[in-house]
Amino acid sequence: MTETQNLTLVQAVRDGLYTEMREDDDVLVLGQDVGKNGGVFRATEGLFDEFGGDRVVDTPLAESGIVGCAVGMAAMGLRPVPEIQFSGFMYPGFDQIVSHVARFRARTRGQFTVPLTLRAPYGGGIRAPEHHSESKEALYAHEAGLKVVIPSTPHDAKGLLAASIRDPDPVVFLEPKLIYRAFREQVPEEPYTVPIGEAVTRREGDDVAVFTYGAMTRPTLEAAETLAEEGIDCAVVDLRTVSPLDREAIVEAFEATGRAVVVHEAPKTGGLAGEITALIQEESLLYQEAPVGRVTGFDVPYPLYALEDYYLPTAARIEDGIREAVEF
Amino acid sequence: MSVFDRPYDDPVRVLDEDGAVVGEVPDVDDETLVDIYRQMRLARHFDARAVSLQRQGRMGTYPPLSGQEGAQVGSAAALGDDDWIVPSYREHAAGFVRGRSLKRTLLYWMGHPDGNRVEDGVNVFPVAVPIASQVPHATGASWAASLRGTDEVFCCYFGDGATSEGDFHEGVNFAGVFDTPTVFFCNNNQWAISVPRARQTRSATLAQKAEAYGIDGVQVDGMDPLAVYRVTEAAVEKARDPEADRPRPTLIEAIQYRFGAHTTADDPTVYRDDDEVERWREKDPIPRLEAYLRSEGVLDEERVAEVESAVESRVADAIAAAESTARPEPRELFEHAYAEVPSELERQHEDLAAVRESRGDAAFLEE
Repeated sequence: MTETQNLTLVQAVRDGLYTEMREDDDVLVLGQDVGKNGGVFRATEGLFDEFGGDRVVDTPLAESGIVGCAVGMAAMGLRPVPEIQFSGFMYPGFDQIVSHVARFRARTRGQFTVPLTLRAPYGGGIRAPEHHSESKEALYAHEAGLKVVIPSTPHDAKGLLAASIRDPDPVVFLEPKLIYRAFREQVPEEPYTVPIGEAVTRREGDDVAVFTYGAMTRPTLEAAETLAEEGIDCAVVDLRTVSPLDREAIVEAFEATGRAVVVHEAPKTGGLAGEITALIQEESLLYQEAPVGRVTGFDVPYPLYALEDYYLPTAARIEDGIREAVEF
Repeated sequence: MSVFDRPYDDPVRVLDEDGAVVGEVPDVDDETLVDIYRQMRLARHFDARAVSLQRQGRMGTYPPLSGQEGAQVGSAAALGDDDWIVPSYREHAAGFVRGRSLKRTLLYWMGHPDGNRVEDGVNVFPVAVPIASQVPHATGASWAASLRGTDEVFCCYFGDGATSEGDFHEGVNFAGVFDTPTVFFCNNNQWAISVPRARQTRSATLAQKAEAYGIDGVQVDGMDPLAVYRVTEAAVEKARDPEADRPRPTLIEAIQYRFGAHTTADDPTVYRDDDEVERWREKDPIPRLEAYLRSEGVLDEERVAEVESAVESRVADAIAAAESTARPEPRELFEHAYAEVPSELERQHEDLAAVRESRGDAAFLEE
């Protein structure tokens, strides 16, 4: 029988790092405060004592240096897992991500590869200071050569992180910090993977398919329960990977109902919801009973936190968006 | 006394502009000296032919290296067999020394994807175009070697302009902190396209920037291949030995000049005087080494002529081979973005294939 632990999402991330580092000596973690401090969110707690300073490396405060050094390490066969302390501070490393991480394999026809997993806590809702709450997954999803993974449960967090670390391609692994400690789940102690690129249905339903991921999965499920009382039966699909999208799962879930809503906290314009809408109309136009709804963050810079509750999609906004799609 | 114990503004020299010995000649055999000479001649001729190909429309934009052969060849020749170079886009000569083929170097500038492929067993990173972005790669790669307990040294090339970039700072700073086996080799050719060295920094030298990272920094006459060899060899030896009583990383500032344009798309007459170019031509690394080797009896008229004709035929063969390389299949576009081609990319390939099928390649290609 499989032993399990009752873990939060951030503890599951930590456990995923631990089991992968134990399995593979080439895996190492580098970033700011990941060593003795165990990470500002405790995602690397205890790893320094377990694996030592060569594999759990506190670096200078320099994101491009962290990503760029990880490129060199990965090109030489290591499996670095660089952590950027908050996704809002990834931009100094953005040139490395776009110009090198994403391109090394393609430009050398597979001769040089950089299978690193770039972790960052991301998203809003925790009353954080400015620059600590953005959702920029679309920037990375737009970049060919990267995979972009966003877990929404402790079980998935561990399994997807393990899959990312083992993946031959570089992965941007965005951790929704709003739900880092929101709930616990039984997580196997042993190593396991959850496949990258596969969505999962969190709730079955016949009236409308709602697509979401990360921290928005919970308010979406909450909205679905409320709507169920009104007789609206929502399917909720957690994408889990936003690049590559699970196009087959999206099309299948949409065609079962003919109606769809996409929920994400990132801004509307240029967001994943637009891509999913385009996919649905390309593949399934004749099934379409209503316009695809988008319940998203607004096209404004992320606000200081006094207004973040108005910025982030809430269960109420999601309910209204779903109702609109159903009643069209 | 270590070659690193000197003022930052006192470049290491071995030969003067006439090829007379003014410093300590590195301890290498005659064959190595002739090889350095041959490689510089090869690079000079390759460069002239490459510029000419571009002018004739047979190749795309190309960055010439003429004037910089001494720095590239002298440094690359001083590395051990298993060491690596991490080049920018102008290090064709260093690449040749390490085993990169002329043909693939041409193919890269002809826009062919095979140009980025490195020959098996050749320890050269693919060129980096974004300025200084390769510096942290070299630090990370050498750090990996050090973590794994192998003893490769990584020599990273970049220009004077790169020293203004954040990635230079971050990469060298990490190297200092983690004491990685890295040689940071700055080809200070005085110009970042049209921006002169003085506009990059108020620092009197680039070598002194090493001070801020707690590593060794040294200037060398970059147009003196023997001085470059000597300094690089010392830096490599120190990098390879974790027990050395000095930091493993070194910043070498090789003072030199690019005789030609930044690239074939650039016109340097707009921003610099012919007089300046002529003054630097006096320091040309090739006649300097040739004069020294003739005076030592290592080279004579006959041997020089042999080198010249061998170089010409090698370059001619490489051009013929590159120009006869077929255009890659459009399928290539989709093959290597990911380890496995995602289903959406398969579909996009099918879309392209369908248009090719119905319209023919003539609908895509310029004649």
